[in-house]
Amino acid sequence: MPASTFLATQAGRQDACAPKQLLILIVLLLVCLAPASAQQIGNPPSEGGVTPPRGTYAIRNARIVTVSGPDIENGTIVIRDGKIEALGTNVSIPSGAQSIDGRGLSVYPGMIDAGTSLGLVEVDQGAAGTVDTSEVGELNPNAKAIIAVNPHSAHLAVTRVDGVTSAVTLPSGGLISGQAAVINLVGTTPLEMAVVPYAALVINYPRVGNRGGGFGGEQQQPVNLTEALAASTRQVEQIRKMLKDAEAYGRAQDAYAKDKTLPRPDQSVMLEALVPYVRGERLVIFRADRENEMRGAIRFAEELKLKPVILGGDDAWKIASLLKEKNVPVILTGILDLPTREDDFYDTLYENASKLQQTGVRFCISSGDGGPNVRNLPYYAGMAAAFGLPKSDALKAVTLYPAQIMNVGDRMGSIEVGKMANLVVTNGDLLETRSAVRYLFIDGREVKLNSRHTDLNDAFKNRK
Amino acid sequence: MKRTATARILLLTVVWCTSWINVPAQQPRPAEPNETLIRNATLLTITHGTLENSDILIRRGKIAAIGKGLKAAADARVIDAGGKFVMPGIIDCHSHSMLDAINEGSLSVTSMVRTRDVLNPNDVDLYRALAGGVTSLNLLHGSANAIGGLNTVVKIKYGHPIDEFIFPGAMPGIKFALGENPKRSNSTVLPGVTRRYPGTRMGVEEVIRDAFTRARDYKKTWDEYRAAVARRDKNLIPPRRDLQLEPLVEVLEGKRYVHAHCYRADEILMLINIADEFGFKVKTFQHVLEGYKVAKEIARHGAGASIFADNWAYKIEAYDAIPYNAAIMTRAGVVVSMNSDSDERARRLNIEAAKAMRYGDLTEEQALKLVTINPAIQLGIQDRVGSLEVGKDADLAIWNGHPLSVYSRVDTTFIDGEIFFDRQQDLAQRADLLKERAQLEQAEPNRPPARGVSPQAPRGRRPSHADDDLWEGDIYQP
Repeated sequence: MPASTFLATQAGRQDACAPKQLLILIVLLLVCLAPASAQQIGNPPSEGGVTPPRGTYAIRNARIVTVSGPDIENGTIVIRDGKIEALGTNVSIPSGAQSIDGRGLSVYPGMIDAGTSLGLVEVDQGAAGTVDTSEVGELNPNAKAIIAVNPHSAHLAVTRVDGVTSAVTLPSGGLISGQAAVINLVGTTPLEMAVVPYAALVINYPRVGNRGGGFGGEQQQPVNLTEALAASTRQVEQIRKMLKDAEAYGRAQDAYAKDKTLPRPDQSVMLEALVPYVRGERLVIFRADRENEMRGAIRFAEELKLKPVILGGDDAWKIASLLKEKNVPVILTGILDLPTREDDFYDTLYENASKLQQTGVRFCISSGDGGPNVRNLPYYAGMAAAFGLPKSDALKAVTLYPAQIMNVGDRMGSIEVGKMANLVVTNGDLLETRSAVRYLFIDGREVKLNSRHTDLNDAFKNRK
Repeated sequence: MKRTATARILLLTVVWCTSWINVPAQQPRPAEPNETLIRNATLLTITHGTLENSDILIRRGKIAAIGKGLKAAADARVIDAGGKFVMPGIIDCHSHSMLDAINEGSLSVTSMVRTRDVLNPNDVDLYRALAGGVTSLNLLHGSANAIGGLNTVVKIKYGHPIDEFIFPGAMPGIKFALGENPKRSNSTVLPGVTRRYPGTRMGVEEVIRDAFTRARDYKKTWDEYRAAVARRDKNLIPPRRDLQLEPLVEVLEGKRYVHAHCYRADEILMLINIADEFGFKVKTFQHVLEGYKVAKEIARHGAGASIFADNWAYKIEAYDAIPYNAAIMTRAGVVVSMNSDSDERARRLNIEAAKAMRYGDLTEEQALKLVTINPAIQLGIQDRVGSLEVGKDADLAIWNGHPLSVYSRVDTTFIDGEIFFDRQQDLAQRADLLKERAQLEQAEPNRPPARGVSPQAPRGRRPSHADDDLWEGDIYQP
């Protein structure tokens, strides 16, 4: 039982008949996590945490921003069995469908943030019991985000009510961090949330001088270049060796499956986890921001025949033609970071997306945030649009592009018949701060627009 | 005259020598004209509504006229801003930009230290803030202790001598801090090191109570001495000056504003009570994440609130933060501002302001006030800046679209009528700067060695949040 579930239990409703052992555990947890337990962790009770049912809905007379095709004015969308069943200006509405008047409203596909730790961390500081992002050790290919995603994290509702309906949630520690999942931001269990439970392997590509990924901007210390280069080469070699071992492991297991007279190879949970990735069946996400790291990651992926995606990509504009040539997509997480170098132009990172778009590099825009600020995803795209990215691409960069990069573009990211009904109904431009979300559908389920924040607002706004 | 000329040459030499580090704004500027006329813009005056297709005339650093069809002198700089928006310069009421040190955290009361002593005018993040339409900053001491150091209010006159940054007439202030940071809850205490008092919210209250008890005694001692001097008593010995207590006496006398970092409702009420008891006012609660729970008490005390738009859950005391905070407190009558507490966020405070429309339905005008006149009031500079009014300082920015839209950016930022950021100038310089950079990289001393220890890099950027109030996970060394 994960600690967060315990916390939710003890904070919400304590079971008077709990066995003694459980009580002792709870008391121990209370002692260890005194600050964490002082306030309620997780969704407010009114949310319930229960997956809402799928229904049949018709959103009528709305402006439908399909993203993949032209906008449809005064259009109707029919949602049934979790999918977009029909779409257009002349659509027959099934009997029994709940009708939603969409006049003056716009329907968008739900936004997707491809670079988060949503559900893996509740409170970053002072509540270590709620942090499940980084496993101990350098090589953890078998650590899977979907195992530790807390479906009752308050971050999920807070994020989705602002129109972000799906995310990639990634582990972050060590050299091989583990496996990322594509999730919908609603569900009672991790499985109900999972769109692709094992979507990508996450590798922090080693940085000369210090670890790649994580927060940048460390104070520059004098570095012994010889030592630093040797260290990063050693780290790359560590990753290479494990991936090669996994290749060999996969071959040995296959051979044994065909011919049981062969000596039975030992099972390894770590190598087993890597097999689909070293065979190029699934994506490998490399966290890399600087030019050298990205070049290294691309070479490394080519050598080992992996399917690479760059996560971070602050310097991607510098190697745009290489990214294009190698067809390596980039999940940009640094649009709103301060420029990397003191003498970078002030808009270097604001412009990054626009430069990739002009070169024809596949990219998407992410908040790169652990959880609390993922709801700000549209403003990352908005800033890119303020600095040269066409508005239509800014919208795609948080809807269709992340879906395509994560290989779920056939199921999500735009409004098309047959796609998953992840829809956001707004009273204005989806990326504009002042617009408000009016209705929300995830997986064809109408999701209430309340969250920990709306509940606290309702509780206190009229206090006299 | 001669000395001035020499100083100028010296300054130019310094500017030239350092230009490779602080690239964009250190270029010599052309002489500023006496008058600037911005024509045909939409003026977001803040205090007098929105004026379409209007002009604004700047003369010798002040707003000289606002209206339609204004005329300027023949040698004036005339900017056609058709389709563009002009708003007052954004005022960031919580910044640690350009500070070479943030926290004197060795004691729980450090009212003797001043941010004024650690200002670095070459911090490139100042230029980046200008490019976001920001013109003034409230530079606060950190939140490591219950009573921190003294603040400095500046205009971002990037490229000017440091003395010209200081905002003339701004009210002096002091930083207080409550909750996890002065408790040092999230700091690692090294083995063998005694923890600094206080370690609880109880102790934080006692530190403040003790300091003001001493300050009250100290004030009495001086009052008695001054009365004796006035009576022309003989053989008087003046009391010993106490640099720690002097700023607190100024607080008691209403001559210095208290800017108090806080999170939880209980600690907000605690400080209100102690302030009432000692007879001083809290000018602003900073961050004040749970302000919405006690909005009426804050309003009754007359305090302002300077907040994040929507930050939450980065630590336990931030778990009940909600983005409706601005709206709830505004409706309760609290003067609210949106601050950055971050060199990164300072660049997009316009969007932070817009969030108050999304969460809690503030009007456009209310949202704009959060980053203009309201922070000006909180810093005692509302007669100089914070709105477009004739007679006020010409601290303003031209935006290429409505500043509350995510699709807008700043074209030009003025302070005292002088251009400190101009996008077209910035773009025009780039080719030359890149060429210069390439040449410098080729120069022998700058080539990276193939092996061995790299040369000491120029002073690196401060971590973007390691020393602000969001992130306090530092090692505590007394």
